[in-house]
Amino acid sequence: MTYNFMREFADSWGLLAIALFFIGSVAFALRPGSRRQAGEAAQIPLKED
Amino acid sequence: MKFGKEIVLLSLFAFAALVAAGAGVNEPFRQHMWVLFFALAGFTAILLRNTEFRPAAPIDPSAYMDGPIRYGAIATMFWGVIGMLVGVVIALQLAYPDLNIQPWFNFGRLRPLHTSGVVFAFGGNALLCTSLYVVQRTCRARLFGGDLGWFVFWGYQLFIVMAATGYLLGITESREYAEPEWYVDIWLTIVWVAYLILFLGTILKRKEPHIYVANWFYLSFIVTIAMLHVVNNLSMPASFLGSKSYSAFSGVQDALTQWWYGHNAVGFFLTAGFLGMMYYFVPKQANRPVYSYRLSIVHFWAIIFLYIWAGPHHLHYTALPDWAQTLGMVFSIMLWMPSWGGMINGLMTLSGAWDKLRTDPIIRMMVMAIAFYGMSTFEGPMMSIKTVNSLSHYTDWTIGHVHSGALGWVGMISFGALYYMVPKLWNRERLYSLRLVTWHFWLATLGIVVYASVMWVSGIMQGLMWREYDEQGFLVYSFAETVAAMHPYYIMRAIGGAMYLSGALIMAWNIAMTILGYRREEDPMPGSVPALQLAR
Repeated sequence: MTYNFMREFADSWGLLAIALFFIGSVAFALRPGSRRQAGEAAQIPLKED
Repeated sequence: MKFGKEIVLLSLFAFAALVAAGAGVNEPFRQHMWVLFFALAGFTAILLRNTEFRPAAPIDPSAYMDGPIRYGAIATMFWGVIGMLVGVVIALQLAYPDLNIQPWFNFGRLRPLHTSGVVFAFGGNALLCTSLYVVQRTCRARLFGGDLGWFVFWGYQLFIVMAATGYLLGITESREYAEPEWYVDIWLTIVWVAYLILFLGTILKRKEPHIYVANWFYLSFIVTIAMLHVVNNLSMPASFLGSKSYSAFSGVQDALTQWWYGHNAVGFFLTAGFLGMMYYFVPKQANRPVYSYRLSIVHFWAIIFLYIWAGPHHLHYTALPDWAQTLGMVFSIMLWMPSWGGMINGLMTLSGAWDKLRTDPIIRMMVMAIAFYGMSTFEGPMMSIKTVNSLSHYTDWTIGHVHSGALGWVGMISFGALYYMVPKLWNRERLYSLRLVTWHFWLATLGIVVYASVMWVSGIMQGLMWREYDEQGFLVYSFAETVAAMHPYYIMRAIGGAMYLSGALIMAWNIAMTILGYRREEDPMPGSVPALQLAR
């Protein structure tokens, strides 16, 4: 585990993995059909106290 | 026996503190252990006076556990006033150095007391009590773990007392926003893990299938702060009975670790946690669902993925490698977009209910908080650009930026949440006075405007004076000349801070009277009742 190994891992596979996870989670949030579910979730605080 | 375990454990720890007060290897540590001894012994005495031998009444497992939240709301207000008062004092010390009272109340010791007081004592208690309030109501479940909520509340107060008294005694690790020494750090770690178990346990036993987005933000705040706190405070004590420790890192690695911690304390403590507050209390006060739930999810993931890389912008033009500085700058600039997405989401929650801005001073406070969130998340990325930073760094501009975020965003959203929560927690129909909320709103807003604009002028002037060369290449101004030039602005800054503090004092009065059950007779807010009904 040298500095160079970690440095190269961080700006290649590490970067790719994190970027894909991020794009995936945004795509999942905006997927078709999520609108109705999101609308229901937004009502959670307003249901009761 | 009520409090049986607690009394035995506390007495043992008080005794251990007494031993450490005798056996400590340096004077500040011995004094600090005396403080700990009196705090623990005093608390034990209070428990002894309140103990009972009758069997405890059964607990209704479906009812929410609001005791620690009520205490937390009062603690938030109490520490808020203390922290802001110390802020005004140190602002005056900068303007009038004679106010430095040696050795306990000089600027060097009071300044961490102010920063920790407002960030961890005021902000921390606000996050603690609102997170426990929100997680129960959006999961429809009682807090997990029986009395764990009480342990977290009192454990956190003990951390605050030990941190604050340590600063005054001159005990410090000199790490920005993380000054407490190793033994206080270990205690905070224990309390924080208990907080994580409490919060996560409540989420796991939820009756609502979906985890509401406010809880995502609160959870990310708790998890990330645990990680940041542990890594930033890795150190070796010089003695286990002494108050001095040495960091595990050295040189530029240590600097980067500190600002990785420092900026993410801003990102996850002062931003993510308070966004959790925004996503619950703004919809509640406006009585409308959040503008776009899907945008709030994107906001969440973008904040999580970007913030953690922004820290190096605090180390521009230092020994930190150039690529790391540029990386910090680029991620800071990218942060602007999700931040404004969140701001728009918060503001647009009011769409269709904008009239409430006129009639409801609590909504007005929340909207002002979101506006300042947008303002400081634009200013921050701009200041992280290297060329801008070469002017702004080490000047008062930075101080102004921090305060527009802290007073404007963190302070105002916490005030709004408390104003909403306190009548609910004590079963009051409404606050003692809405007019006083309006007074608080204007004093706080004008106070921030004075503070921030004065610091812009002062900071940019300071930066320009530092870099002024004459035609022969000599610096035009000595450092002391820049200090003298800033004197009038220091006085104005103290006035802005005093205005903000006086607003908080009005709030403390309002909250106290609400808790005591008083209601001020006053005309309704203009516009809140149709005019025809008023004209008799």
